[in-house]
Amino acid sequence: MNKVIGLGASALNWLEAVGKAGIFIFQSVFRLPVRLPEAINLLIKQLYSVGVLSLVIVVVSGAFIGMVLSLQGYSILAKFGSEDAVGQLLALSLLRELGPVVTALLFAGRAGSSLTAEIGLMKATEQLSSYEMMGVDPLRRVIAPRFIAGVICMPILSLIFSAVGIIGGLMVSVAWLGVHDGAFWSLMQQSVYFDTDIVNGLIKAVCFAIAVTWIAVYQGYECVPTSEGIGKATTRTVVLGSLAILALDFVLTAAMFGDF
Amino acid sequence: MDAYIEVQGLQFSRADRIIYDDVSLQIPRGKITAVMGPSGTGKTTLLRLIAAQLAPDKGCIRVDGKEVHTLSRFNLYELRKKMGMLFQSGALFSDMSVFENVAFPLEEHTKLSVDEIQVRVLEKLHSVGLKGAAALMPAELSGGMARRVALARAIALDPALVMYDEPFTGQDPISKGVLVELIRQLNEQGDITSVLVSHDVAESLSIADHVCILAGGRVVAEGSPAQILDSDDPRVQQFLKGEPDGPVPFHYPEVSADDTKSLGGAQ
Repeated sequence: MNKVIGLGASALNWLEAVGKAGIFIFQSVFRLPVRLPEAINLLIKQLYSVGVLSLVIVVVSGAFIGMVLSLQGYSILAKFGSEDAVGQLLALSLLRELGPVVTALLFAGRAGSSLTAEIGLMKATEQLSSYEMMGVDPLRRVIAPRFIAGVICMPILSLIFSAVGIIGGLMVSVAWLGVHDGAFWSLMQQSVYFDTDIVNGLIKAVCFAIAVTWIAVYQGYECVPTSEGIGKATTRTVVLGSLAILALDFVLTAAMFGDF
Repeated sequence: MDAYIEVQGLQFSRADRIIYDDVSLQIPRGKITAVMGPSGTGKTTLLRLIAAQLAPDKGCIRVDGKEVHTLSRFNLYELRKKMGMLFQSGALFSDMSVFENVAFPLEEHTKLSVDEIQVRVLEKLHSVGLKGAAALMPAELSGGMARRVALARAIALDPALVMYDEPFTGQDPISKGVLVELIRQLNEQGDITSVLVSHDVAESLSIADHVCILAGGRVVAEGSPAQILDSDDPRVQQFLKGEPDGPVPFHYPEVSADDTKSLGGAQ
């Protein structure tokens, strides 16, 4: 009986936490700084910190994943004499799946953990309290620009990841393994559709961006304001963010590409 | 007494620990009130309750006649524009320079031009002796300087109420003297109500008009500095003289033997 009570209590606590996080993000999104120039300045600063500074890891990872995918794809396709289809394999894999998922995982590790640690440290050093005491809502000043910047950056980073991955794959399959470049591009062009592949990939990236950035800013805002508390919150951001991405990916893939 | 802040029947606890048990006190308008007491009595908590950053379990707090915990978010933020708070850590915004930190409340809440803000900020920094540090970042300041910049920021909007959280802690004697003088000057220049939370007896009693001593979750003495010094309450005398033995325990209450075992402290 006690186990049932414990399970029920855990479920209620979980629901309460989800509700609290929902109210938190709802209040943040609708409370951007009132003055437009200030809002734009804060947003640009965050776009740089969250997006531009994540470019290196996204570009390098995209290039290597594209190259590995080409090697693997070529070695299998060559057995069936279809090595020209490596471009098709590369583009569909990256645009539909690997681009959004791997970018989101990298984003959770680099930008998400950084957001949580930064907000957590602001809480520990009473900077958030300081905003409140000055009659400035920290949700609109600190949380909203970071959340919106994350949601804008992630899909763009995902597109960059896919583009760089295709270029990396092109270098390996065409320049190194000798696949005909005309066949590489034409098969890719024939098989990739804007609405089903590119747009669906972008929708996935937007969903992942909302989930990861939401988890990151919430964990930072609600962390225990000690060094241990900030460390745990940062870990939770990466773990929960990664799990949310993979779970959402399954649901979205089933909805977009499942044939049932 | 014309009270700017009225605390009535305040009860507040954290987890199972009672911080305040039916506390009532008044903070007079336009005066410096020192709230003193041993560490851990909840002095900072009282400031956070006055600013409505924490909500009491019972009782009410009125600031300038307004019951702060029943105000809407908008009205509370409006009221906070009339409050300045000097945090124990300074709480300067680490991504802004000294100048930007002091200018921030003016940019947020006034329609002053850039030039007017610059004049006002430099004036406030001059009053805390840090006009020359305007371009520095918080990481480049010493603890005492950070506290003085935070004070300049707290008074940037010329608030009606300034709350000081342990302003003298960790300060060298010169900085302490400067801060005492600054707090006194600020109060004399404007019609400011000041609440000073501290356990530095000499500094607090030297500038306070009204003193309130807290211990064990209650107000144990209240009055002018002279009345407090003359108090025959053993708790007040123990605190003022800094005696280890007396009714105010030095040691944190011990846990029971069973609890100690569960912590792994006893074999």
